[in-house]
Amino acid sequence: MTNAAPKPNSYRNQPDAQGHFGPFGGRYVAETLMPLVLDLEKHYRAAQADPAFKAQFDDLLEHYVGRPSPLYYAERLTEELRMGAAPDKGAQIWFKRDELNHTGAHKINNCIGQILLAMRMGKTRIIAETGAGQHGVATATVCARFGLPCVIYMGATDVARQQPNVFRMKLLGAEVIPVTSGAATLKDAMNEGLRDWVANVHDTFYIIGTAAGPHPYPELVRDFQSVIGKEARAQMLSRINRLPDLLVAAIGGGSNALGLFHPFLDDDVKMLGVEAAGYGLDGNEHAASLLGGFPGILHGNKTYLLQDEDGQITEGHSISAGLDYPGIGPEHAWLKDMGRVEYTAITDDEALEGFQLLCRTEGIIPALEPAHAIAAVTKVAPTMDRDRIILANLCGRGDKDIFTVAEKLGVEM
Amino acid sequence: MTTRLSSAFPADRAALVCFVTAGDPDAASTPAILDALVEGGADVIELGMPFTDPMADGPAIQAANLRSLAAGTKTADILQIATGFRRRHPDVPLVLMGYANPMTRRGPEWFADACAQAGVDGVICVDIPVEEDASLGPALRAKGIAPIRLATPTTDAARLPAVLEGAGGFLYYVSVAGITGKQQAVQASIEEAVARLKASTDLPIAVGFGVRTPEQAAAIGRVADGVVVGSAIVEIVSEYGADAAGPVRDYVRTLADAIATARQTAAA
Ligand SMILES: Cc1ncc(COP(=O)(O)O)c(C=O)c1O
Repeated sequence: MTNAAPKPNSYRNQPDAQGHFGPFGGRYVAETLMPLVLDLEKHYRAAQADPAFKAQFDDLLEHYVGRPSPLYYAERLTEELRMGAAPDKGAQIWFKRDELNHTGAHKINNCIGQILLAMRMGKTRIIAETGAGQHGVATATVCARFGLPCVIYMGATDVARQQPNVFRMKLLGAEVIPVTSGAATLKDAMNEGLRDWVANVHDTFYIIGTAAGPHPYPELVRDFQSVIGKEARAQMLSRINRLPDLLVAAIGGGSNALGLFHPFLDDDVKMLGVEAAGYGLDGNEHAASLLGGFPGILHGNKTYLLQDEDGQITEGHSISAGLDYPGIGPEHAWLKDMGRVEYTAITDDEALEGFQLLCRTEGIIPALEPAHAIAAVTKVAPTMDRDRIILANLCGRGDKDIFTVAEKLGVEM
Repeated sequence: MTTRLSSAFPADRAALVCFVTAGDPDAASTPAILDALVEGGADVIELGMPFTDPMADGPAIQAANLRSLAAGTKTADILQIATGFRRRHPDVPLVLMGYANPMTRRGPEWFADACAQAGVDGVICVDIPVEEDASLGPALRAKGIAPIRLATPTTDAARLPAVLEGAGGFLYYVSVAGITGKQQAVQASIEEAVARLKASTDLPIAVGFGVRTPEQAAAIGRVADGVVVGSAIVEIVSEYGADAAGPVRDYVRTLADAIATARQTAAA
């Protein structure tokens, strides 16, 4: 079924004019929001054509975010994994170090782009949803930087388990509203964000934190995050004059993965997206929408969703709050069905192993989200020849997660 | 089949359109509540399909959705409730209202067919705007089910013709930019909007969102073809649970009475 679709000339010219990635994507929003979503697209097209917009975006990424982020050869991790591999096996492992960005994750790339767009549209109030709090912190950061009031919706469960990020957002001047509906996690925060937006369409811009939601969000978030892949591609060519053989990235909504993958989609480079398998894909306690879900409609787009036979959305689970979402950006749904990107899933326990391995071998404490990518790398690297190159996205640092990890490891803090 | 809907809007008064969530507090209680709506004077029934993520709804209807799902309400139960209603009330139009995912889960054709078999006259899908009509509209129209569209304060004159394209039943004017159950729009803006919409369509115009008192219902009934009341009824169901039928009937009657005489009092 998945292989029946014709191979396109390019994988990089999605979505179509209506915001569809094949059967996925689209604009499934209430009529109140529809004119706004159309207006956003109009302004985004104008911004894309305006060299001043790009110049301002690039300038902020360089001097405020700290780009370009380094491309790093993880020598000791490579050697460690070779020890368990056949003599000629054990690919080289490289990282794109987006954890070194201001605020500690890739999320800020997108927030810079969207707040510039918001200001172009004359919007004076910013709202966002957050799960782990990384997108909330990044949004609060750019709001402080540009002096716009900021309201962050966060599930009450997440507020409780991500206290440091809640405090960061408040320091940055944001109002954090705990959401108690549903399971009080990311999807409920997104519902509440949409409710706020629908009631405040005249002055409010919704900064969505991943490559999902109604068109044009999946496209513009991908475009803003594509700085990751564009830099990595140029850095690879200038450092070793070749492209990697395999890209690996963790997937929550899919923005860091698309940011890395998209500029390479027409190259002879394999790609692996890593979903959260939680306690395992055989039960219901996971957040792997592509591997364990079915196509459906939620939060403005058609995509793979965790849902029951009646279309009720089921709660995901992952040790990583940033991956704990029952949907996925529509472009990933399309890339999966086209067979262009392969997807796998990593359990909580495997991610914890990957987390500790990177700490020990490279002196880098990763976030639990990229720890899933690292765990996947530990599985595939030993099966690949030594001259092969894996490039994984280190999309966030682990400061926010040390309490979660300590608890899992039985350490009293 | 949609003739039931087209004859539900009398010429001399506004129709009363009443919403409740199916399966709230449980599927067994809903038939009596629906009967109470009819006895109280409702002209059109909107039966809400519960969804885990009702993002266009305020606290009252959100809670009703979750109560219903917690009680185990399934799509099959909702269709059975509709089927029973049609048997008891052959002439009262019944509309399903809800979100795209539960409606399209088994495919749009499956849903349209199930609606037709259950005697449903129209479908309001909150999160399928006209741009995504292909996801449900063609299947509904093929079965003679009216796809009821929503117009809002943000639907401007340039956009309105597109919204009306392929619409059926009536046009639901959401009088406030916001979620259900919150504040009501000012009367002047409703009058202006209804006049604007009437100039563009022959479909009846029903106005809703935030209507709760007989006075508000009467004021809207003077200018619109229909008045939609939802959260206020859902709140009564929340308060009285399985015993809600009586209080719902009494409340709906106050609305129906106010609407019945609204145009005379205006003329007097
Ligand atoms: C560090 C980090 N990585 C990944 C994600 C998942 O999002 P996405 O798949 O959009 O990159 C998050 C979300 O909070 C995050 O904080």
